[in-house]
Amino acid sequence: PILYSYFRSSCSWRVRIALALKGISYDLVPVNLLKDGGQQFSAEFKAVNPMQQVPVLKIDGITLSQSLAIIHYLEDTRPNPRLLPQDPKKRAKVRMIADHIVSGIQPLQNLSILKKMGEKKTEWAQNCIASGFQALEQILQHTSGRYCVGDEVSMADLCLVPQVSNAERFKVDMGPYPTITRINKALLELEAFKVSHPSRQPDTPAELRA
Amino acid sequence: MSSAAAKPILYSYFRSSCSWRVRIALALKGISYDLVPVNLLKDGGQQLAIIHYLEDTRPNPRLLPQDPKKRAKVRMIADHIVSGIQPLQNLSILKKMGEKKTEWAQNCIASGFQALEQILQHTSGRYCVGDEVSMADLCLVPQVSNAERFKVDMGPYPTITRINKALLELEAFKVSHPSRQPDTPAELQA
Repeated sequence: PILYSYFRSSCSWRVRIALALKGISYDLVPVNLLKDGGQQFSAEFKAVNPMQQVPVLKIDGITLSQSLAIIHYLEDTRPNPRLLPQDPKKRAKVRMIADHIVSGIQPLQNLSILKKMGEKKTEWAQNCIASGFQALEQILQHTSGRYCVGDEVSMADLCLVPQVSNAERFKVDMGPYPTITRINKALLELEAFKVSHPSRQPDTPAELRA
Repeated sequence: MSSAAAKPILYSYFRSSCSWRVRIALALKGISYDLVPVNLLKDGGQQLAIIHYLEDTRPNPRLLPQDPKKRAKVRMIADHIVSGIQPLQNLSILKKMGEKKTEWAQNCIASGFQALEQILQHTSGRYCVGDEVSMADLCLVPQVSNAERFKVDMGPYPTITRINKALLELEAFKVSHPSRQPDTPAELQA
């Protein structure tokens, strides 16, 4: 498999975690979202993904984009270890949390929006994340065990850690979110979350390396 | 354990594309529900979780193909709309754009539809992926409706247009339409 990824893209990180958890080895092709006006806009990459975004995974003869679609495909075809509970109601909770982050928080603070916000971008990003985390903290107080939903790592956890990393980058005050903080800390102790970390990628700049 | 299920309650805003996706799923699966109108529903983008839950618990008719690669295409298209297009033109962002909001919304949708048109040229049959209605179709129709509201020129997207038209002929897409909801204002009713 080939993964098109940017070291600091939270969406790419989600997929890197999934691949690590499922023990799937892959070749990584870096796509720098800032250099050269954004390498995702090159004609070459557009041929790979018309949506001009990372991550993209080429696997089993198909090319997939959208991190949750990729993760669901890995779950359907390499079910162990699983990233979704078997109980439909718990699955729904996992998906709800994942969707909230993937549709409700991250897109509002992605690169294209931040460019539009100009000087106000940090404030904007902080507000989006804080607002999203406020809702998430409440949900997690009901659903969490050791991790987001109960005690097994799930798709929700794969979405949480990269989003917390974004929050830290934008200097969001994490004080009001003790549950998010606790779960994030527990997840970062797991090998899959470490090897996939932005500070340890082939395209991590020297000054940001672990 | 009692299995007497209470009738589901859907909190819905007639014009919300997110609510519409769920209404379509409920109609396709023949699930009756009570609708509680909510004005300006806060969009947390969680409707795919709801639709997946309905799929897990009421599998007929199905909204996901059985083949994993086709499922992945369905999800990719749905996610592109739900995470890649719709949030960029939701209410909170539009408020921030002020006067430029229509232009902004048009650009987001056009950019997203340009990519989607290319993808659909490879995946579509009668509908988004092959010939069976899927989650991708539930996401497409409401987004096209948004595009029309913002007066996006649909000329460059013949595949999207064709599929949208085919879907709007289906009963589930009609009964769930924003123009036919309990909270649809009189002047917008079908």
